[in-house]
Amino acid sequence: MLVAAALAAARAHADERVVRFCVDPDNLPYSNADGSGFEVRIARIVAADMHARAQLVWFPLKRFFVRKTLKAGLCDVIPGVPVGFDPVLATRAYYRSTYAFVSRPSGPASFDDPRLSRARIGVQLVSNDLATTPPGHALAAKGMIDNVRGFVAYGDGPAAQRMVQALAAGELDTAVIWGPQAAYFAARAAVPLQVKTAAVPPGLDGIPFQYSIAMGVKRGNRALRDELDAALARRHDEIRAVLAEYRVPLVEAGGGGS
Amino acid sequence: MRRRVAVLAAACTLFHLPAALAAADGEWPMASRDYAGTRYSPLTQVTAQNVGQLRLAFDFDTGVRKGQEAAPIVVGDTMYVVTPFPNYVFALDLTKPGANVKWKFDPKTKASAQGVACCDVVNRGLAFDGGRIFLNTLDTTTIALDAATGKELWRMTLGDISKGETVTMSPLVVKGKVFVGNSGGEMGVRGWLTALDAATGKIAWRAYSTGPDKDVLIGPSFNPHYSGDKGQDLGVKTWPPEAWKIGGGTVWSFLSYDPELDLVFSGTGNPGPWNPEQRPGANKWTSGIFARRPDTGEAIWYYQWSPHDVHDYDGVNESVLVDLPLGGSKRKVLLHPDRNGYVYVVDRTTGEVISADPYVYVTSSYGVDLGTGALRYNEQKQPKGGKTIHDICPGSPGGKDWQPSAWSPRTKLLYIPHQNICQDADTYETSYIAGTPYVGTDVKMKVGPGGFRGQFDAWDPVARKKVWSISEKFPVWSGALVTAGDVAFYGTMDGFFKAVDAKTGKVLWQFRTESGVISQPVSYQGPDGKQYIAILDGVGGWAGAVVSGDLDIRDGGAANGFVNVMRDLPQYTKKGGKLYVFTLP
Repeated sequence: MLVAAALAAARAHADERVVRFCVDPDNLPYSNADGSGFEVRIARIVAADMHARAQLVWFPLKRFFVRKTLKAGLCDVIPGVPVGFDPVLATRAYYRSTYAFVSRPSGPASFDDPRLSRARIGVQLVSNDLATTPPGHALAAKGMIDNVRGFVAYGDGPAAQRMVQALAAGELDTAVIWGPQAAYFAARAAVPLQVKTAAVPPGLDGIPFQYSIAMGVKRGNRALRDELDAALARRHDEIRAVLAEYRVPLVEAGGGGS
Repeated sequence: MRRRVAVLAAACTLFHLPAALAAADGEWPMASRDYAGTRYSPLTQVTAQNVGQLRLAFDFDTGVRKGQEAAPIVVGDTMYVVTPFPNYVFALDLTKPGANVKWKFDPKTKASAQGVACCDVVNRGLAFDGGRIFLNTLDTTTIALDAATGKELWRMTLGDISKGETVTMSPLVVKGKVFVGNSGGEMGVRGWLTALDAATGKIAWRAYSTGPDKDVLIGPSFNPHYSGDKGQDLGVKTWPPEAWKIGGGTVWSFLSYDPELDLVFSGTGNPGPWNPEQRPGANKWTSGIFARRPDTGEAIWYYQWSPHDVHDYDGVNESVLVDLPLGGSKRKVLLHPDRNGYVYVVDRTTGEVISADPYVYVTSSYGVDLGTGALRYNEQKQPKGGKTIHDICPGSPGGKDWQPSAWSPRTKLLYIPHQNICQDADTYETSYIAGTPYVGTDVKMKVGPGGFRGQFDAWDPVARKKVWSISEKFPVWSGALVTAGDVAFYGTMDGFFKAVDAKTGKVLWQFRTESGVISQPVSYQGPDGKQYIAILDGVGGWAGAVVSGDLDIRDGGAANGFVNVMRDLPQYTKKGGKLYVFTLP
């Protein structure tokens, strides 16, 4: 009896489909080891649609992330990759966002604001030589250099969080932050802050400013990509509701800039 | 020490080395062997005539399969070997057949350090001094061990891996102080050189490569040769506000020391990670070299190889200290083959550039103005956002990367292992880090003119020309060794360890290793009185990460673009991590 029950349980377990998602254990608003974060929520929605259980594989989103996770067979899906990110095969996009100005109320909110030239402006940096985020390029094209401060990817908490802290401390007048992070950290700041999505600035020489975000699977895994595409389409409304809960600024495709 | 004292006395009459190091002829107590950084062994048993008879004496498997860049060091009857991450140290008893392990030390290096190291998880070697072995671990910790027992004496953590800092360089020990510098210029790290008390691990001083003079340890004794390096707080003023705080200038390669002048020479890495247009200015004190007092760290002079570097030309390559007859007088100089493609001869007492000549094909600049010391850049080859620039030569790894050259006081030639790589820079690769999308630079490296990717050259610094050169299929990513038997040694990434005639460049002997060779060959005298040559195999490093890191050969942008030019390496070699020791029959 006991043996038979155990076997049945094992079989039930073996029959259960598992889709493994590689996510950062400490990268809100996307994901956190406590199960919060909108990418975690969306992963669970998509897996449920595929009659599967979402297994979360925790891995820091640093350099070599794709190689050490997807390519090493550690997981099946990386949520939240930009469309056009070459190392993976991307699904359809499930949202599109842009960079946003985060300031004190009625502070600078666009690249045309004349106050910018005198403002202390924060931008996010990335870890590769010669690379900054698109707002940095836009500001450099306007000749703004000395009043722009770069925040590197690694440090005590995400760069976006450190930028919001600098705003609250009065060290910056405005910061141009990637939309989902801008909204999340501004809402948790020590002082009231406004978040205004930025219109695509001139002077980018074709560098995209807005990005469509998809899930990534291993290159060549079209079957899984097609399944995810179908699930993302069917669950569109639920996914939008999660994004709204996290106040992710959304823009429509074709809005310029890429 | 047996009969080594007599040999040393004889050797001293033959040549002058500025570093009157106390090491016996048969020993190899630090990665570069001596303070001058010559990698010259005074041993004479192995000669151009008999090197063809070299046979494997013993081997030892480290068990670690990442890029092995270290030099084994030899003191007394013991050899000490350090591996890449997790940075194990093995002490091998050379009196025993097959060299038994006397002790093994596991520093318990933090695994998370692997995620931030830019270019494989290498370690460039240990240093011995006063009965202690000094080890730098990838997670920015310096550890002193009792050389006899392997017992840990102290450890000191110097940096923060969460901010992208690592340590890969080999420490230098001078006058009771251990000198260590950081890696991680790509991550927005601020570079430094730190001196620790060799007895206790206590930090004696730290000199930053950017920021105000007080942080850089620039004071009244600072007297650079060129006027552009004079002025207050240039480490702040040659940057936009705040940018110096993340300005790079890491100190991640070999240091040298002149006991007579009492100067330590340390190169600084490239500025970063800001786009060049967002950090206008010379970006001091990156991509240059400091001469400092070891006791206090105070800077005596500085010279900038690549002001406002835009090509990732770190200034950290080794400086080999020699005295040369130049213009009718004997000059104390340092020889420095830079990433930017020039072999510099610099007066090491003042920092004056005496000559700078290209040793590879160069398109990124037109040469060095010897009047002002300035590198004359080619504006057409400067990467700009949104533009594609073709044929930047040398590419980001430079004419030569970390792989150290060797100097023979007999042939008066510098033996330079290097690569022949150019690149195209394109700024349209969509990427993301920590959830922030952006368009990064897509660097595609390619083979330089001639169709070969590496060379091993003999360079005459007085005549300012290449005397001979051997072309190799892959970058020559190993260090060089030269001996008093007039034999030079180097290894190739496709797995050959070679001995060549130091005078002519004729290949005299080669040995097939299981994996490619990117480490530093050494020579020592065993307890049996015989001369030995030792090398580690284990391909990897920035150039070999396609094998050691299992990178996807379809992803040409992997390893910061290096994979594009190394796609065929996996057909020629595999991972490894073995020590090979050779001797004559």
